[in-house]
Amino acid sequence: MTLDLNRADAVSLAAAVRTGQVSAKDAVSAALNRIAARDKALNCFTSVTADTALAAAEEIDRKIARGEDPGPLAGVPVAVKNLFDIAGTTTLAGSKINAEKPPATQDATAVSRLKQAGAVLVGSLNMDEYAYGFVTENAHYGATHNPHDLTRIAGGSSGGSAAAVAGGLVPLTLGSDTNGSIRVPAAFCGVYGLKPTYGRLSRAGTVLFAGSFDHIGPFARSVRDIATAFDILQGLDDRDPVCCDRPLAETQLASSLQEIAGVRIAIAGDYFTKGAEPAALEAVEQVARALGATQYVTLPEAHRARAAAFVITACEGASLHLDDLRSRPQDFDPATRDRFLAGALIPASWYIGAQRFRRWFRDRVREVFQDVDLILAPTTPCPAPAIGQQKMILDGVEILVRPHLGLFTQPLSFIGLPVLSVPIQRAGALPLGVQLVAAPYNEALILRVAGVLEAMGVVSAPVPVAE
Amino acid sequence: MSEKTFEPAEYVEQMARLVDLPLQPENRAGVVENFARIQAVAKLVTEFPLPEEIEVAPVFEP
Repeated sequence: MTLDLNRADAVSLAAAVRTGQVSAKDAVSAALNRIAARDKALNCFTSVTADTALAAAEEIDRKIARGEDPGPLAGVPVAVKNLFDIAGTTTLAGSKINAEKPPATQDATAVSRLKQAGAVLVGSLNMDEYAYGFVTENAHYGATHNPHDLTRIAGGSSGGSAAAVAGGLVPLTLGSDTNGSIRVPAAFCGVYGLKPTYGRLSRAGTVLFAGSFDHIGPFARSVRDIATAFDILQGLDDRDPVCCDRPLAETQLASSLQEIAGVRIAIAGDYFTKGAEPAALEAVEQVARALGATQYVTLPEAHRARAAAFVITACEGASLHLDDLRSRPQDFDPATRDRFLAGALIPASWYIGAQRFRRWFRDRVREVFQDVDLILAPTTPCPAPAIGQQKMILDGVEILVRPHLGLFTQPLSFIGLPVLSVPIQRAGALPLGVQLVAAPYNEALILRVAGVLEAMGVVSAPVPVAE
Repeated sequence: MSEKTFEPAEYVEQMARLVDLPLQPENRAGVVENFARIQAVAKLVTEFPLPEEIEVAPVFEP
C-alpha cells in the first residue's frame, strides 16, 4: 500500500522518509501545499517558514544519501504555537505588543529537540493572546476555525495547534496548557492532546502565562505519534528551573503493549458529572465501557481547585504583563485586557491561600491514586461552540461560554497531573474528548491505555472529509 | 450597616492607584466586573478551612 502523504501520521511518514520511499523534500512540500490550499479557511498559521523548511528537508535528504541516521521524525513537517521561540523570528504569543520585540536568538528547547529528531518546522500557530482563553478568537490575528465545522471555534488557547493537526495540514504540533489549553482544543478538533506532568517537559524558550501551571505538550492524530513526540521532548533542561530530573518514561513502548490487565480504572464522579451536556458524559461512559470501568472516584473539593487555579492564573498572568498593562493597555486584545487588569489588583492573601489550597488538594488526590491507576473525565462540557458565541444554556441555565470551557480541565492542571485528551468521533456531530488522567509521572500508563482504546476503534482522529 | 459593605468599584479605583496601574475610563467597568468575578471565585478558596501546617510548595512537585 502506498503512503498517503496527506493523511499519514508522523511515525509512518518518518518511516517512509527513512527508507527512501519518499523524500523529506516531497513530504515537506506536500505540507506546504496543504497549508497554501486550506489555511485561508482555517487560519491556523501566523507564519509559514517555507524557505527554511525546504532547506532543512533537503539537508535531511542529503543525510540519508550519506547513510547517516536522520532521526526518528525524519522529514516530518511540524508547527508550534506562536509562543515557542524560533531562532530568527519574533515570538508573538498571540499579541500585537510582542510583535515589536526583536527576533529570538535561539530555538525553544522543545523546538530544537524536534529538529534534532529530524522534524522540519514549517511555521507557527495562532492562539489566544498570551494564552489567556479557551477560544482562539484573537483580535489581532483572527479566529481559528474548527476543521470539522468552519463556523465553530477550534478551542484554545492552542487552537491553531489543534486545528492544524485535525485539518491534516501537519501531523504533529506543539501547544501549551495552563488550565486546559492543550486538552480543550484537542477535544473540540477531535485529535489527541497530551498535557504531561508539570515539570516533565522543558518550557525554556516559551512565553509563560502563569508559571505555576504552565506546561507544554504535543497534538497528533495517533497515539504512537503522541508517544514518539513525548519521548523525544523529555529530559532535564537547565534553562527551565521547573523541568524535573526524573527517569524518562518509555511511552513509545507502553503505547504499543496492547495490554491493560490489572490496571485499576475509575470514572471521576461528582463535580466531573455536573454542568455538562449529556453527550460529554456519554463520551466518558463509552470509554469506560470499553475499558470495563464501573467504579467512580471523587476528587474532593474539585470546584475549589478550579477556583484556586482561576485566582493564581489571574494573579501570575497580570504580574507578567504589568509593565505593558500600565503603559499601553490599548494594545491588548479586548478579550484579555480587563481580566489582566483585574488580576493585577488581587490581594496577596487570596493568592497565597490558593497556593496553600493547591498543596492540600494535591495531598488528597495522591490518596485517591492509592486505590486507582487511571481516572476518566470529560475534557469539555460541550462540543465546540460557534465562533462569536457568548452564552450557552446548560441544565436550563444561561452561562458565559468562555470561562466554562475549562470546567473539567482546570482542577487537574492545577496540581500538574498528566492528562491525555483522547478524541471521540460522533457520526453527524462534532467530536468530543475524554481525559485519561494518571498519577504524576505516569504518562506511560496513559499512553498504554490510549493505545488499547485506539486499537479497539473507540478513539480515533481521522482527517475530516474535505470541506 | 452600609459602611461595612465592600464596593468593588471603589476597591479597584484605590488599589489601581496603590499599585500604580492607570485605568482608562473605557476599561473601568470591565475591570470592575472582572474583579467582582474573581472576588466571588476567590471566596470558594478563602472560606475553606485549611490546617495550619499546610504550606505553599516552594518548589512545586506534583
